[in-house]
Amino acid sequence: MVLKIDKNKCLSCAGCVSICPKDALTLKNMVLEVDENKCIECAICTRFCPVRALRLTTNL
Amino acid sequence: MEQKYDIIIIGAGPSGTVTGKLCASKGLKVLILEKRPEIGAPKRCAEGLGKPDLERIGYTGKERFVTQKIDGGILITPNGGTIDLPPGPGGYILERKVFDKFLAYDAAKAGAKIYTKAHVFDLIRVGGKIAGVRLMYNGEQKDVYCKIVVAADGVESKIARIAGLPSGNTPNTIESGYQYEMANIDIADPHKLYTYLGNEIAPRGYIWIFPKGSHIANVGIGIGNCNEKTAKYYLDKWIAGNPGMSKGSIIEENSGGIPIGGFLESMTTDNFLAIGDAAHQVNPLHGGGLAEVSFSAQIAVDVINDAIKSGDTSNSALDKYNKLWWEKRGKNLKKIEKIVHMLEKVTDSELNMAQSSLSGQDIIDLTEGKTHKLIRIMLKNPRLATLVKYLK
Ligand SMILES: Cc1cc2nc3c(=O)[nH]c(=O)nc-3n(C[C@H](O)[C@H](O)[C@H](O)COP(=O)(O)OP(=O)(O)OC[C@H]3O[C@@H](n4cnc5c(N)ncnc54)[C@H](O)[C@@H]3O)c2cc1C
Ligand code: SF4
Ligand code: SF4
Repeated sequence: MVLKIDKNKCLSCAGCVSICPKDALTLKNMVLEVDENKCIECAICTRFCPVRALRLTTNL
Repeated sequence: MEQKYDIIIIGAGPSGTVTGKLCASKGLKVLILEKRPEIGAPKRCAEGLGKPDLERIGYTGKERFVTQKIDGGILITPNGGTIDLPPGPGGYILERKVFDKFLAYDAAKAGAKIYTKAHVFDLIRVGGKIAGVRLMYNGEQKDVYCKIVVAADGVESKIARIAGLPSGNTPNTIESGYQYEMANIDIADPHKLYTYLGNEIAPRGYIWIFPKGSHIANVGIGIGNCNEKTAKYYLDKWIAGNPGMSKGSIIEENSGGIPIGGFLESMTTDNFLAIGDAAHQVNPLHGGGLAEVSFSAQIAVDVINDAIKSGDTSNSALDKYNKLWWEKRGKNLKKIEKIVHMLEKVTDSELNMAQSSLSGQDIIDLTEGKTHKLIRIMLKNPRLATLVKYLK
């Protein structure tokens, strides 16, 4: 699975960044990025996001 | 950008700029690095601040970042009952974008050097000890050295983790916050803060209306993290059910993580300390972090100044910041954290009982960690009595 970020929904609030146990998320130039090498697909961030901008999905 | 400073502060939010201003006024050479292109935007805040807290950082309330005076509040229980919260010394709703810039102007005026679009991504170590920061500025990597690094990088803080402090963030210690700034809504009294409780409207949290004018307000929600539905879902549903709200227009959308506890035993290491949201210095009951900055910045600056002047910036010298903060703020905030976790176990019908048994002043006391009265009331009710243990 991979973490997909819906850039149209994301508000760059950094909540998911703070809560990711693997430090896999970063806001760069106010745009959210995921480091797929760090992400362990735990879904903590997808449950947190106040606007559901994050999704773990199998289809690329 | 010069290569050597006494202090490098990462983040130009209120904790970074207030600390920067106070350090610079002591004659220290200060660099503040902010990764955003604009300080203060976007806001992640309902913008409420008490009068004494604003005065503690040197402002009068007459500055142009104040949008509305507040003199008390109304707490609404799940059955629609209300409890009037006394005005106390009063407070303000700010315009954070202007406020944060004001703080930056004053830090710069005091002598701190500030850069925006300066993203710190690593700490430099010399002989294993922190000696500076590595950043991207204008597309170029730069190394800048200093005696003490201050992490004021907010809820998303990575720097404290790089320094080796535990993050303290878990789904249990970060609430999910979501807010609209709304115009043309009906507000019964635009000088009061409104707080709506209820597990149906805001599970393990609450909805707020913080007025910025007679028909303008920040309307938001903070909820615990174990919900099927999002914070946005709950807020939209509540607004749709309130004609005085749903007729309004949304002029800004914000979201954010609100730390509710998870305080760090130690916020320092050799040549390093963390402050503000980065160190979880937030009141876990109402999510207010600005008032905490007004206390912690002063504590930090006195310790930093002594450390630099004495030439000892080791963890044992900076540990005084931990001791003082825990004594002056932490102890109480920890009590408040317990109240929050106890409240998570209270049902809506029990919340309704608050209206007949608690006064507005009792509620204010709770937000300050005073639980005596609450415990007395809880002990009279067999089920609530079983929850008293969570407050101890
Ligand atoms: C929805 C919501 C409502 C709130 N309402 C209130 C309220 O009504 N009253 C109140 O008192 N508090 C409120 N708070 C809390 C308050 O907003 C925070 O406590 C306050 O902003 C914390 O200030 P800070 O300086 O510690 O962090 P921030 O204000 O978050 O500042 C941190 C800064 O560091 C920068 N930064 C981060 N990483 C880096 C890096 N690597 N390099 C360079 N810069 C970096 C960020 O861009 C940011 O500008 C609310 C929070 C939320 C989410
Ligand atoms: S929590 Fe959601 S809105 Fe906030 S930065 Fe993460 S993906 Fe974006
Ligand atoms: S799924 Fe887990 S590890 Fe991956 S980014 Fe989200 S919180 Fe981090």
